[in-house]
Amino acid sequence: MKTLILTAAALALTAGLASAQTVRLGTEGAYPPYNFINDAGEIDGFERELGDELCKRADLTCEWVTNDWDSIIPNLVSGNYDAIIAGMSVTEERDKVIDFTQEYVPPAPTLYVGRSADADIKGVVAAQTATIQAAYVAESGATLLEYPTPDETIAAVRNGEADVVLADKDFLMPIVNESNGELVVVDQIQIGGGVGMGVRESDTELKAKFDAAIQSMKDDGTLNPLIVKWFGEDAALW
Amino acid sequence: MFNSCADPATIEGLTWLLCYLTTGKHLLFYTSFGVVLLLMLITAPAALAFGFGGAMAARSHFLPLSLIGKAYTAMVRGVPDIIFFLFVPIALDQAFEYLRHKTKCPDWDQPIWQGNDFVVCAEAKLPLSSSPQWIHETYGFTLAVLAFAVVFGAFASNVIYGAMQAVPRAQMETAEAYGMSHRQSFWRILVPQMWVYALPGLSNLWMILIKATPLLFLLGVRDIVYWARELGGSKTSHFDYPHPDWRVWYFVALLFFYLLMTKLSEKVLRRITLRLSHGQATLAGEMQRKAAR
Amino acid sequence: MSCVQTIQDYALRSIGIGERLLPKGDMTLCEHVTLIGSGLIWNIYYGALALFFGFFLANAIAVAKASGNPWLRKPAEWFVFVFRGSPLFIQFFLAYETFVLLPRTGIDLHLGFTTITVATSWLSKAWAGALIVLFLNTAAYSGEIFYGALRSVPKGDIEAADAYGMSGWSRFRRVIWPTMMRLAWPAYTNEAIFLFHATTLVYFSGFPAFQQKGDALYYATYFASKTFNPFVAYPVIAAYFIVLTLSIIGLFGVVNRYLNRHLPKERRSRIRLRPQIIR
Repeated sequence: MKTLILTAAALALTAGLASAQTVRLGTEGAYPPYNFINDAGEIDGFERELGDELCKRADLTCEWVTNDWDSIIPNLVSGNYDAIIAGMSVTEERDKVIDFTQEYVPPAPTLYVGRSADADIKGVVAAQTATIQAAYVAESGATLLEYPTPDETIAAVRNGEADVVLADKDFLMPIVNESNGELVVVDQIQIGGGVGMGVRESDTELKAKFDAAIQSMKDDGTLNPLIVKWFGEDAALW
Repeated sequence: MFNSCADPATIEGLTWLLCYLTTGKHLLFYTSFGVVLLLMLITAPAALAFGFGGAMAARSHFLPLSLIGKAYTAMVRGVPDIIFFLFVPIALDQAFEYLRHKTKCPDWDQPIWQGNDFVVCAEAKLPLSSSPQWIHETYGFTLAVLAFAVVFGAFASNVIYGAMQAVPRAQMETAEAYGMSHRQSFWRILVPQMWVYALPGLSNLWMILIKATPLLFLLGVRDIVYWARELGGSKTSHFDYPHPDWRVWYFVALLFFYLLMTKLSEKVLRRITLRLSHGQATLAGEMQRKAAR
Repeated sequence: MSCVQTIQDYALRSIGIGERLLPKGDMTLCEHVTLIGSGLIWNIYYGALALFFGFFLANAIAVAKASGNPWLRKPAEWFVFVFRGSPLFIQFFLAYETFVLLPRTGIDLHLGFTTITVATSWLSKAWAGALIVLFLNTAAYSGEIFYGALRSVPKGDIEAADAYGMSGWSRFRRVIWPTMMRLAWPAYTNEAIFLFHATTLVYFSGFPAFQQKGDALYYATYFASKTFNPFVAYPVIAAYFIVLTLSIIGLFGVVNRYLNRHLPKERRSRIRLRPQIIR
């Protein structure tokens, strides 16, 4: 009996080794509903569900890792993980350093959220460090107030440190809706492209696998319901 | 954790709080206190070893070695420790991978620094990208411990070098008169006696080590500061336990943890000082001797 | 872009003068040196001012701690314990979180005959808030140093002062205080060095950077995260700090010589390069 179990285990092990390659997925874990750490201490959110499904379709064994946002690209490049799946908009500047798969979330608007509808969007604008929003504010000439996590940017608006916060609509809307009118949308702009997975430029094989998996989810219509599930009815769909 | 916590949306008051404080995430928070204590317990002897080595090097009669020892000893005075914490782990990581790259992939023809990228072959990666997550975490923790040991080793080296100089010259002369060799008198006379001189400095160093542990967070280790920020941040209804920004309370808890650690350490160190002074040729030792009579 | 141009653009970037956008793409050594040097302005600002104001509070704390009156002694002891017993990192964070909770519009102070509004919003800015934390922090550390020195003032000095008929303030001012300073100065030099080192924590915990105006370490990490090459940015900032430390040792050495000028040469206390007590 014992040997039987052992053989079975060994078989399962070798089978596992033969079929699936281990891929480490890097995410931030602080950007609900894209990705966050749930109350059980596990990575959860839209991208968790999407990533697991993509890995299943691409026949990969995936492991999740969290990393601070401002060093998420350097750590991909240095090989601490193999792909970024962290609500990262595809931009030209990032595309120079890493490669992106095809987009899995269509370009979504970026919102200015403040405490009143007439808040000054040219005043003090809070944004997360190293985001396209931060770069946009720095270019625009408004006073940029940088924070390392998205949560702190919201806190800054609540306590009056900043006039408005600039961030993705998908991230801000749930917060605005649950703020009992404390926070309101001030303005809406369109910057950056859709959201894609980041991979190393040398990793063309992995990019192709994820591209195919995302395409298959788009084709069989499983991606849209997932977007609706996490981002609500009025989210942009494919 | 408890059965009554199955549906957090329906409970409230104390039960809610109890359930909230025992979520999986909070349990991770509590274990991270263990991580911090572990770091201190591993770093302290490691730093002592580094410090001992540094002090011995600084005392060496071989000039280059003594210069290296002195430079190591002096470096923490010139440069903020946080810069070492940021620099040492990345530098060590890249150095290890560079060495492995040179041995494992000799026929690699591309440059290792490609523009802004640091690229080594897959076999040289540390840890291998196929290794399980706990190996990655242990590796990260080890780098953090090394960074702490290097910095605190330099501080300790300062203290130990001073303590070695403080042992009365007469003690060493007596040892020589008894015919002990240089090595014998070092290990049998100097080292046992220097601890009492080193203790005030080392106690102080332990206190600094306690206060430096929040910097672990900068090294990417999930320590108490990481979890305090993560748990304290405001939570929408995507979470089971939505709440506003509670970071202040978590940080107040951390403050109390550190004050408690300080108080406890002060008590323990006072005891050790008392015991070490026993039978020593110092004022404290002399006072103990008289009191015992 | 030539190095002169870079210096013109970025030498005062940290205080908001010069180019608005930080360098991008391939970064030269010149950009590293200029921008990190520009950030050093803030480290010197925090260090110098906190040390200056902290000096006065530290004296008060040392005297209060040595006082026989528990109403003076206990608060001083607690103040020193809290600030020396907890990490500066946590102090910064808590201070920031507390300052932002203060009402934006200011606090109304009712003085009976009139009401004045105290503005509070500036407290959450790093230049003020972080300075206050550093000021209190260094006051606690130096207070402990001065207290130790106060207790080591030779009994003979005080007896001599009594014999001359001095008492109270004049005895303290003319006999005890100068000796206390002389005894404390080497340790105080160390405190000054480590305070300047501690200023690098300002933008690392709690206080956010406005318009990418930060201290030396803020720019050093900016470079390191952009180039993923720690071997340029960190050695540059390390070199700056070595120079800064040497200047502090030099400056404090001058004061030390002044404090010891009345003593015969062999009794002068030199600034010990191997301190037992470091922060």
